[in-house]
Amino acid sequence: MAGQHVTAARLLEELKKCGFTHIVWLADGETSFMWEAMTRQREMTLVPVCREGEAIAIAAGLLLGGKKPLVFHQNTGFFESGDSVRGLALDLKLPLLLLISYRGWKRNAPSTDSAAIYLEPILDTWGIRHYLLTSDEDLANVATAEKEAREASRPVALLITNE
Amino acid sequence: MIDSFEALRVISQHRGEAIVVATMTANREWVPLSTRRDLDCLFTGAMGKASSFGLGLALALPEHKVIVLDGDGSLLMNLGTLVTIAHMAPANLAHFVFENGIYRTTKGQPVPNAGRTNFKGLAEAAGYRRSYEFSDLEKFRAALEGILSERGPVFICLKVPPTATPPPYPMIQLADTVATLAAGLKRLYEKR
Repeated sequence: MAGQHVTAARLLEELKKCGFTHIVWLADGETSFMWEAMTRQREMTLVPVCREGEAIAIAAGLLLGGKKPLVFHQNTGFFESGDSVRGLALDLKLPLLLLISYRGWKRNAPSTDSAAIYLEPILDTWGIRHYLLTSDEDLANVATAEKEAREASRPVALLITNE
Repeated sequence: MIDSFEALRVISQHRGEAIVVATMTANREWVPLSTRRDLDCLFTGAMGKASSFGLGLALALPEHKVIVLDGDGSLLMNLGTLVTIAHMAPANLAHFVFENGIYRTTKGQPVPNAGRTNFKGLAEAAGYRRSYEFSDLEKFRAALEGILSERGPVFICLKVPPTATPPPYPMIQLADTVATLAAGLKRLYEKR
């Protein structure tokens, strides 16, 4: 059975409305539904990376150069990128939107996947505010997170589920 | 082998208005040589991501030359960067690697496979437009102006001696140098 998730085209429209210029991205299975729509659009440049920590550093350079990137990868990749999140996104107080695919999230039951179990506690420990994107009903969270990242000049996460 | 300080002196003479992102050994030796501190980023932290940061700058400012001064230990921590840079193919990026075979800033432990990894070959195989290796200062001096005028991304491996003592210059906090560069870029682009 196909999972329930936000509509790719509608999410991309929300991101475009926020003025994002680049999506620094590493593929993941949970949000593979985003791939085709991301490659079809031309307003935001797709920057594919080999490893998630790279993405934060590339986004930092883009921000310094006056662009408005977002980083998009899975929660497992967020863990991998930990030192870049610490040393760049947090230490430099980057107004950076992190789109994190929430592998293991369960709507009506506790998760048994450690990738899900540790995600929100780690975000909380680092003081990274986070919002869920479980369906199109949550799309207003995109603008909320973008505004919060911009006004507080710090990273904010949107957690995309697929269940 | 080329003395890293002398190699940096040559790069400094040719950098013009290029943004320079320098990490590890180059980070500290670049400080007394730089002619445009307002366009420097002395990159620390984040485990080998100077080249990724430089890629972001190069993509954001495609008309502006970006020079990354990387270390071999740093590059090895983030080797996928070669493929990512090759994929995005920024014409304005020059990526230097100072190959000394050691982690100089942690007192000289050898990097894995020291002396046997072909960094020039790695960059070539990843898909950089051009890749060079120099172990002679005069040959490097003679070639650099031409290399910096080439369409990037170009990769330049400099064979430097494994000096175990850290450079006698302070490490500058990344947040401070990023703020300086941000102000420098703002001034530069307001003038244009």
